[in-house]
Amino acid sequence: MTLPPVNLGPPIAKRLSRLDVEIEANRCLNCYDAPCTRACPTSIDVPRFIGRIATGDLAGSAHTIMDANPVGASCARVCPTDQLCEGACVYNADENPIRIGDLQRYATDWAIDTGAILFSAGAPTGKRVAVIGSGPAGLAAARELARAGHAVTIFERDAEPGGLDTYGIVPFRLPAEIALWEAEQVRSLGVEFRTGVTVGETISADAILTEYDAVILAVGMGAVPRLGIEGEDAAGVWDALDFIRIAKMGGDVGPIGSTVAVIGGGNTAIDAATCSRRLGVPSVTMYYRRGPERMTAYGFEIEFAKVEGVEFRTYTLPKRIVVENGRVTGLELISTADDGSARPLPGTERVVAVDTVILAIGQSRHVGLLDAFGVTHDVSGIAAVDDLLCTSNPRVFAAGDVMFRPGGTDAMVVEAAQRGKQAAYSADLLLRTEAR
Amino acid sequence: MADLSVDLGGIRSPNPFWLASAPPTNSGYQVMRAFAAGWGGAVWKTLALEPIVNVTSRFAGQNLGAYRMTGMNNIELITDRPLEENLREIAECKAKYPDRAIVASLMTECTRESWHELVRRCETVPIDGFELNFGCPHGMSERGQGAAVGQDPELVELITRWVKEAAHVPVIVKLTPNITDVRYTARAAAKGGADAVSMINTINSLMGVDLDTWLPIPHVDGKSSHGGFCGPAVKPIALNMVGACARDEAVGIPISGIGGISDWRDAAEFMLMGSSNVQVCTAVMHHGFRIVADMIDGLNNYLDARGIASVREIVGKTVPRFVDWNDLNLDYKIVARIDPESCIRCNKCYIACEDAAHQCIDRPADPRLAPVVDEEHCVGCNLCQMVCPVVDCIEMVRVDAGDTVHTWREKLSVPS
Repeated sequence: MTLPPVNLGPPIAKRLSRLDVEIEANRCLNCYDAPCTRACPTSIDVPRFIGRIATGDLAGSAHTIMDANPVGASCARVCPTDQLCEGACVYNADENPIRIGDLQRYATDWAIDTGAILFSAGAPTGKRVAVIGSGPAGLAAARELARAGHAVTIFERDAEPGGLDTYGIVPFRLPAEIALWEAEQVRSLGVEFRTGVTVGETISADAILTEYDAVILAVGMGAVPRLGIEGEDAAGVWDALDFIRIAKMGGDVGPIGSTVAVIGGGNTAIDAATCSRRLGVPSVTMYYRRGPERMTAYGFEIEFAKVEGVEFRTYTLPKRIVVENGRVTGLELISTADDGSARPLPGTERVVAVDTVILAIGQSRHVGLLDAFGVTHDVSGIAAVDDLLCTSNPRVFAAGDVMFRPGGTDAMVVEAAQRGKQAAYSADLLLRTEAR
Repeated sequence: MADLSVDLGGIRSPNPFWLASAPPTNSGYQVMRAFAAGWGGAVWKTLALEPIVNVTSRFAGQNLGAYRMTGMNNIELITDRPLEENLREIAECKAKYPDRAIVASLMTECTRESWHELVRRCETVPIDGFELNFGCPHGMSERGQGAAVGQDPELVELITRWVKEAAHVPVIVKLTPNITDVRYTARAAAKGGADAVSMINTINSLMGVDLDTWLPIPHVDGKSSHGGFCGPAVKPIALNMVGACARDEAVGIPISGIGGISDWRDAAEFMLMGSSNVQVCTAVMHHGFRIVADMIDGLNNYLDARGIASVREIVGKTVPRFVDWNDLNLDYKIVARIDPESCIRCNKCYIACEDAAHQCIDRPADPRLAPVVDEEHCVGCNLCQMVCPVVDCIEMVRVDAGDTVHTWREKLSVPS
């Protein structure tokens, strides 16, 4: 696919120079049972991939990374490394941890630039597996199933694979080309991608359950839910994911004015805010109902947003969107208690003039789809799984956001990839057991 | 300020730091710059009656990780400039820096007349001594000179005697390490009347093979030849040879230490092991003449901190401790102890001991805890301490009573 040019400024991550790479790769101590590897949800053998960079074996290095993490190139850009590998490095924060994320990007960039094909499909088993969704969890599951020899079909609602990595993370953090390359790695194993297909609409869950020996549900989550306040339907009110998708794919978001309010405190809120700034909006403010320590955005993302000129207002809740002639003109805000309850404090209401309101307050769940596959879920729509990621339907496994609980550290790309791998191994175990 | 002046077999210099006969001493321009920087002496790049022709390329470096030039290989020969030109520049340097030692390194064909002629012509300028190049392992050795001489004790003695017949200044014999036991040639030099020996010259080497072209490194139009290896990597080899000669009574003449000396600590070690002074090349090729300021200050501060008035007092002080294996105390026992406070949990000690030593470091089930030494089985080999990246985290602690000495030599003499 050729992507339209996106002019949202230079990528955040700079390529390491050859000298930086040599110094950094050789600085790694090659720890045994290394804490960085233990801290990685996909258990990338970090000292090994770094050692291979140091000896010039970039093919081996990229293989080590991508073997453990099928979306290792994306993770080299979006992982909160200070909380994972780099946070665990024996060179602690004061002693300059190894720049593991930068080195991982260097090795995977080599693979991207050279067009290396790193993996091959396993001997055919004759079994067919459907993977619903091609985000990090779906790609990881499909890759491992194909390596195990199963015939894999990915069903993807969007025109391009990659899920949130392709559409939902700002391009200066994660260019779509990176996620698409990862999808190409999976496609090269013979995995069939059926894009533009919405399961439940274009094809029924029953048809898939009939046609395939196992199913991996990796459908992620849906649109941003409504706030439930007055004025939400006016022009100028955005779902953050729609906003980012259009801006990232080179589309036109139309007039968004000179003042943008972003509601929410997660990474998607940050992305919508920084994206607005890079689209030229002079005043971008994030409103969050609790204190800064409760924001789920990564620390480095918050710092980045500040550098990009985004302002933050915490303990603040939107009460009403002011609309004139069908368009947003203002936002009524109310302060909240600082005890963590987010309880509004009457009498603190005020109206600020805004041209655009972007909502980033979480995502809805694909409850209907879970029901269609006969997968039990809790009241909020989170799929119930056992230790093997098997759902209540013994042929259906779930991975990624569809089974993550909110509020934890689960919702990382790297965690989704690991669950995708695990779901694939469970499905493979089921199919091989049956084959005997 | 300690007295750093030294005397090597009658050649005096204001400090022990000399430049070895090598590319940095190729010209008067360079030696002038070196003396301005503070070097105490210089052994001029080897002179011959007729200049030779050199090749390009000439050098190759050995890197270890990101560190450049842990070792260096060269196939450059002796001076490729006319003798008279070199002698004129020697005179200019000596006139400007009369307190520094200028030693002429010499090499010529293996006849008495030739050596006498070379000495006679060199002594037409003020010179403090000669160093006979019996060490150069490449090129000249194929012409029966350099290391070809240094590998034959009879020739070493013979030529040394010829030079001593003609020379009016002290004569140093520079030895090659490309030999089974350097003491034999050192003894031969002493027997021939040498005033001192210097060691080591470079070690036969081939730096590498280019994995893209499959050509040897360095190559001259697609071909290479063995060169001489020097730099930090050769220091332990040189120090052993210096120590072997220093404790050999049949050698019995002063030693000029050469081989991987890069800073004042290396220099102090060579002097403790019996060198009266030291010669440096690779470190200068890596960083320039300016390093001598740090060597002078570092050595001086070291001596001052210990109240030692003259650097000459430390020469050879470690030699009595350098003995045959048969004289080591078999009762001495040390074990490793890991400080859990400073340990960073890299587990390098664990895996080194587990795979390559004696399987006596245990890891607690909780990876947040530091590894622990099984002192009962630890043999005190030092490997864990060597691989530990944290300074002073692993200590080697003496655990025997310290009141008995038993050696293998004693065991051999005990009747069975």
